[in-house]
Amino acid sequence: MKLRRDVFQAIADPTRRTIITLVAASAMTPTAIAENFDYSRQTISKHIQILTECEILEQEQKGREIYYQLNPEGMKEIADFIEPFRKMWDDRFNKLEAVMKSKIHERKK
Amino acid sequence: MEHKTQVAAPKGKQELTITREFNLPVELLYKAYTEPEFIAQWMGTKVIKFENVNHGSYQFETSHGGNVMLKANGTIHKVVPNQEIVRTFEMENMPIGVQLEFLNFEGITNERSKLTIQIIYKSEKHRAEQLKLPFAYGLNMAHNKLEKILKSML
Repeated sequence: MKLRRDVFQAIADPTRRTIITLVAASAMTPTAIAENFDYSRQTISKHIQILTECEILEQEQKGREIYYQLNPEGMKEIADFIEPFRKMWDDRFNKLEAVMKSKIHERKK
Repeated sequence: MEHKTQVAAPKGKQELTITREFNLPVELLYKAYTEPEFIAQWMGTKVIKFENVNHGSYQFETSHGGNVMLKANGTIHKVVPNQEIVRTFEMENMPIGVQLEFLNFEGITNERSKLTIQIIYKSEKHRAEQLKLPFAYGLNMAHNKLEKILKSML
């Protein structure tokens, strides 16, 4: 039996996250995706394969070329996309705390 | 370990709840949200307009490398100092739409406080667009970097 990969695995890797952001803008061929990286074409193909198995990317045949795009169904698994959002807020709130703490110190001086 | 900042996005709902505890007195936490000087510092945005009163409004503008990247605005429905803000928020030219925000400020001790933000979107789809945003930011960064590299080659 082939193990179904999960979405967490897909977004755990920084290269795969970059691929997601790239195809989020528009559908891309594997060659166009690979051009954004210094890694070998094979490495990128492997990442694309994992993202496809996780159903985050889907293929579309246009003429001779295969294009990869974000799969809206995969994106629906919102819970898996909360983490970057949470992290964004966590960073912001850390900054808020730091800014306001320096304010307390100023006042004490 | 439990995260300091928590985000709940219940399935099938068009809302989000963000909670966070701060090592700050509630008065300072509230100030961070209501004084333009502080908003500018922690949000990294320029505050164009800010009327923190019932039926007031506000406008932010965020620039990157001299270009305006993001404009945001909203109206303030209700303000109870150190306790509550009810307001709308909208990022211009984004598919997220207008959101309704309930901000609750609570003092836990003299030195600690808690912020709860409940956000309601037009639909579950609009909420999904919001959750995708950190990915879009990453993309913007990548584009900016690319632009810089291309410009330096000219």
